[in-house]
Amino acid sequence: MNSFYPWLILLAPFASATVITLFTLRSKSLSSAISIAAVLVSFVFSCFIFAQSATAALEFVWIDITPVFRVPLGLTLDQLSRTMAVLVSGVGALIHIYSLGYMRDDEGKSRYFAALSLFMFAMLGIVFANNFVMLFIFWELVGFTSYVLIGHWFFRNAAADAANKAFITTRIGDFGFMTGILMIWATTGSVVFAEITPRMSMFGGHATFVAIVALLIFCGAVGKSAQFPLHVWLPDAMEGPTPVSALIHAATMVAAGVYMLVRVAFIIQASQTALLVVAWIGTTTAVMAALIATQQDDIKRILAYSTLSQLGYMVMAVGLASNNAAMFHLFTHAFFKALLFLAAGSVIVMLHHEQNIWKMGGLRRKLPVTFITFTVGALALIGCPPFSGFFSKDAILALAYERNMPIFAIALFTAFLTAFYVIRMLVIVFFGNPRSDNARQGRESPTVMTWPLVVLAILATLGGFGFFARNFLALPVENAVSAFVPGLAIIALILGGGLAFAVYRGRSTEAVNVELLRRKFYFDEFYSSLIYWTQELLASLSAFVDRWIIDAGVVGGASRGTWGIGALLRLIQVGNLQAYAFLFGLGVVALIYFAVIR
Amino acid sequence: MITLGNYLAVSAILFTIGFAGVMLRRNLIVILMSLELMLNAGNLSLVAFSRFRVGVNGLPDYNAQVFVFFVITVAAAEVAVGLALLVALYRARQTAHVEDIRNLKF
Repeated sequence: MNSFYPWLILLAPFASATVITLFTLRSKSLSSAISIAAVLVSFVFSCFIFAQSATAALEFVWIDITPVFRVPLGLTLDQLSRTMAVLVSGVGALIHIYSLGYMRDDEGKSRYFAALSLFMFAMLGIVFANNFVMLFIFWELVGFTSYVLIGHWFFRNAAADAANKAFITTRIGDFGFMTGILMIWATTGSVVFAEITPRMSMFGGHATFVAIVALLIFCGAVGKSAQFPLHVWLPDAMEGPTPVSALIHAATMVAAGVYMLVRVAFIIQASQTALLVVAWIGTTTAVMAALIATQQDDIKRILAYSTLSQLGYMVMAVGLASNNAAMFHLFTHAFFKALLFLAAGSVIVMLHHEQNIWKMGGLRRKLPVTFITFTVGALALIGCPPFSGFFSKDAILALAYERNMPIFAIALFTAFLTAFYVIRMLVIVFFGNPRSDNARQGRESPTVMTWPLVVLAILATLGGFGFFARNFLALPVENAVSAFVPGLAIIALILGGGLAFAVYRGRSTEAVNVELLRRKFYFDEFYSSLIYWTQELLASLSAFVDRWIIDAGVVGGASRGTWGIGALLRLIQVGNLQAYAFLFGLGVVALIYFAVIR
Repeated sequence: MITLGNYLAVSAILFTIGFAGVMLRRNLIVILMSLELMLNAGNLSLVAFSRFRVGVNGLPDYNAQVFVFFVITVAAAEVAVGLALLVALYRARQTAHVEDIRNLKF
């Protein structure tokens, strides 16, 4: 019976999504109750298998064409997946409850909760999948639910466009991911993780081939975890409801890319080139997103860029061949980033959906619980001791210090930038004087929204301590770098935070204007023009084929050919009876010649 | 002694005169007459063939002569139809000359 529990975790949200969609769309409160019950079932059983350290799960065979292709429906149960299950369902449960308050008066509440349940199903599916085919199916399913939830307010053009952008951009990555999966299957003949590991030798030392496969698999993570150069969808995804941003676009789904990389680390680590590329893409993302974040005005966009930046750290850790450091940061990040988003959501909803930080200000007295929890999240994000982010970011910095100096330098600079933009946001939103009527009249959110904040704040504080985290993860081993790296990190933190405090304290308008960063390095413009020119090129090519080959050649050729033959033939239509008779006579002579004489 | 060749020569001359008449004359009535001449050239050669193909019983082969009667019948019908068309044409166009009737020319 115990071996059925993991399936129960997986299927409870699916059942909820089905029931809501089929039967209870009309009744909003019933739908939300079903959805929350389902996620609580998942959470309770996740805790249960976590406490038991269960390793057994029922396995079914789905497709069996042995020895060519075999796809089991099986679940991986190891420390990694058990921890992720608890994390996903736990954060998910808090966010479901928070959504009760945030989406209280929303028209599409039932639809929202159905999609949220479907997302939980898909995300837990990614966590538990024991083969590439299942992983890919759930991978696409989270992409779909993300699309639905970003476009929840589809009547707003921006939301509908953002949903399309997210779906299409991740699709590009998924194409590479699928190609990588097919290449692995073609080489090793298996899609099951546990079977591929001992067959890695079948790649036979073709370093370039292994690197290509590893990087194609990494493509999936680049799309889903919004790494450079496919990062453009994540900031736009903030058009969705804030709890969705917290759950999908901060804590869980975007971390799925990192989780997947850790799950298939044996492939990535088989190639030094791939590792180096992964590390540098992570580093680039981290520093680029942090730079952009320093000049944004929308509270959710700042958080989105900080998510990008932190995901960059995780991918960097994967690229530096340390799964433990990556997972540790994923673990703490899930708590503090969900917390930051939910606190931002609390601010936004109390200010009647105002997201511009320059229209806020002085909120620390109006929203005390939100202020305190947001500050906890912010301190964790910038890696201030003793909050959780300090430990996990320090682990990654120490790792970079050991293995790759340039990456360490950039990572340290990113830490400085992180402190700068986070403190900037904190100062502008919560300190100073209120800068709009909404900010003057703001008041604290309802309890159903504040207590998930408090729970997450506690977790964000504790999450990094060894005594807490060791239960969930294999922590990265601290080497003899001693106080040097943490010391540097703290100096960067104080410099960044202090600079932001000095620049933005008491200001009511932007102090520094860097157009390049404000416009996000012109990535959107660049991609639009790239798509525009590609399309233009294809269009003129097909116009050429259509106009000159199809129209002029085939269609025009047939018509002109017929016309020409007709023009020749009508020369013998002289209209003279005697001429016809003469030709007829000639014909008869010819017939006789052929019939009789030849 | 008149041989088959003599008959056929006369027939060929008749046919040629008829063909030349069809080709060269302008008047439709004359063309019609020339057509009849060509038919009768054919008839003459058929009869000659019949006369010169004697079977084992000493009688000529009558099949060809029967065929000639058919040709005469058809020619009579053809003349009836042809003259009727000619009259109708003359009423419509007030002419019986071929070069005036060239509506089919492109």
